[in-house]
Amino acid sequence: MTEPGLYHLLFISAALFFIGVYGFFTRRNLVTMLMSVELVLNSVNLNFIAFNKYLWPNRLDGVFFTIFIIAIAAAEAAVAIAIIINLYRSHQSIDVENAEELKY
Amino acid sequence: MLNATYISLIPLLPLAGFVLLGLFGRKYFKNTSGIIGTGLMLVSAVLALYTAYGYFFEYGKADGVYQKLVPLKYTWLEFGKGLSIDMGIVLDPISVMMLVVVTFISLMVHIYSLGYLKGEERFPTYYAYLGLFTFSMLGLVMSSNIFQIYIFWELVGVSSFLLIGYYYDKPSAVAACKKAFIVTRFADVGFLIGILILSFYSGTLDFNTLIAALTSPESSEYKTAVTASFLGISALSWGLILVFVGGAGKSAMFPLHIWLPDAMEGPTPVSALIHAATMVVAGVFLVARLFPVFAISSPGALSVVAYVGAISAFIAAIIACTQTDIKRVLAYSTMSQIGYMMFALGVSGYGGENGLGYTASMFHLFTHAMFKALLFLGAGAVIHFIHSNEMKDMGGLRKYLPITHITFLIACLAIAGVPPFAGFFSKEEILLAAYHHNQAIYWMALITSALTAFYMFRLYFSIFWNKEQQPHGEHHGEGGFAMMMPLVLLAIGAAAAGFIPFGHYVSSDGKTLETAFHLSFSIAPVALGLAGIFLAMWMYKSQTDKPEKIAASLGGLYKAAYHKFYIDELYLFITHKIIFNLIGRPAAWFDKVVVDGLVNLAGNTTTKIAETIKGFQSGKVQQYALYFLVGVIGLAVLFIYVWK
Repeated sequence: MTEPGLYHLLFISAALFFIGVYGFFTRRNLVTMLMSVELVLNSVNLNFIAFNKYLWPNRLDGVFFTIFIIAIAAAEAAVAIAIIINLYRSHQSIDVENAEELKY
Repeated sequence: MLNATYISLIPLLPLAGFVLLGLFGRKYFKNTSGIIGTGLMLVSAVLALYTAYGYFFEYGKADGVYQKLVPLKYTWLEFGKGLSIDMGIVLDPISVMMLVVVTFISLMVHIYSLGYLKGEERFPTYYAYLGLFTFSMLGLVMSSNIFQIYIFWELVGVSSFLLIGYYYDKPSAVAACKKAFIVTRFADVGFLIGILILSFYSGTLDFNTLIAALTSPESSEYKTAVTASFLGISALSWGLILVFVGGAGKSAMFPLHIWLPDAMEGPTPVSALIHAATMVVAGVFLVARLFPVFAISSPGALSVVAYVGAISAFIAAIIACTQTDIKRVLAYSTMSQIGYMMFALGVSGYGGENGLGYTASMFHLFTHAMFKALLFLGAGAVIHFIHSNEMKDMGGLRKYLPITHITFLIACLAIAGVPPFAGFFSKEEILLAAYHHNQAIYWMALITSALTAFYMFRLYFSIFWNKEQQPHGEHHGEGGFAMMMPLVLLAIGAAAAGFIPFGHYVSSDGKTLETAFHLSFSIAPVALGLAGIFLAMWMYKSQTDKPEKIAASLGGLYKAAYHKFYIDELYLFITHKIIFNLIGRPAAWFDKVVVDGLVNLAGNTTTKIAETIKGFQSGKVQQYALYFLVGVIGLAVLFIYVWK
């Protein structure tokens, strides 16, 4: 049993990223789509941590970036949920295919 | 003493009246606007008389020569070194004389209109327009700068347009005001080009320096202006002729006279003020203003002035004999008399005895303003009484309108040149000047003078004698004090103005000109004038069929004159058939097909492109995300594999 290396972490990160992207494109429910976006963000976080640990172990830049991203993700989630609630109020639905008025 | 403040008040008071009545008249001065306008005009006229007195008798003369004084001048627009448009006031004999004429006639018309237009709905507007006109005309005569004169020139055009179209619910008045505006504007294009040519060669717009530069043969400006030529005529002559075209348009000279008879659609006092006494002589004034340049530097241009004037005088007199609308008769008579003034300038020389024509022209301008305004105001009183402009509706009015009758008779005698009325003296001087200079013009003028006597007395006898008027129910008399007082004052002017020794005050070079009176010379015109009067008396004093018989025997000539020699029709033919068809329609086609086509093509192409690509903006969030993803992957590929 070997110690997990950088490549393992990057693999997990890539997997998370594509799961998120897949979810974003296939789900029609806005809340699920938001959750998929969070997965994408977390894959980025994981990348930062991994690179920080394996490439510059004596520094903390990656860790700080991760903390920032988590904070911003929280704010973004709040905004997104507010938008979703408003959409529900006006459309009685949070299905993304029902919200198509904003076009040419 | 000479003081710019009160002199500048002369034009500014009517302007104040215009602003006040134009902005607030309809609301606050519904009934008092006439009094306000007249009061301001009265002050202005008194100031003008005071100025004239001061100029002619106190400070105007230096060493026996009337000076050109410039009491006020400031730079308005500066284009470069030495070239600027100034606003200023010039006092010289002609501008001071015009000040008196304009303010006096304007005051008379203001007073007369109090009675004539009483109860009119747009009374304040009318007085506002009169104020605007008076301001513009006073500004025009006092201009120190050729561009300033052009500005005021256009302003009088606008106020004339507004006043001709005063009855704007009458289609004929609307057509007339448009016609007047377009014809004079057309002529003003010539004026503007003339200004540009003259100022280009003289390097200045200021009258004094311009005249000085273009009259001294040694100056370099003069030399270049005379040597530069186009179609064999020197640039200087072109400039002067084009300026004269502007003057001819405003002064209704042949062939630009067609607007004047139609302009009679305006209220009659307006015709008296603008289209008889003041605005239409602006062209004469303009030529007189530039007279040294005409006379010294370009005799060719001056002879153009002379012939145009003489031909206009002659043609207008013939047409006037056949018209039946009394205001149109007066309009053609005006044109004929202005023709007199023009050719008097045209036959004049500069300085000393040669300048007789110049003095005579200005003298005739002065006396004509008196008796022609009187004739129009008298005609206004007649129209006020009869409610018609047509001669056939009139006759026998001497019993109903005694004061109008007497004053009208005085004016007719004055214009016919019967001694001792005003027109006699000025006309004698003109004929004398023409006789010494150009025999052809002299004979034309002599015949015109006989015709003038004939058509004026035809008018007089048709209105006041001829058939007896059937007494109709609602007689409202002569129109009250406000209408009669101007008639009487003007009649005094028309009777007595001839005794002013005009040569002492106005002459081409400012020196005193003694005008000798030749009894033997004046026999011919007076005899011809009296013959014209007796002929008119024989034909029109009582109702007979003589006029019809004579008209029938003249056949084609009468018919042509009655139709004003078909000049209007000629204009219509040229504008409608030739200009509209050959230029207007192709231009309209080009505009519709080519210009509009290009614009439509651009519009349609944009729409087509938009139609095809608008599907990108579908409103589907996930589709946008897909574009984004594809973009990111594309960029990634680019960065990783292409721009390593």
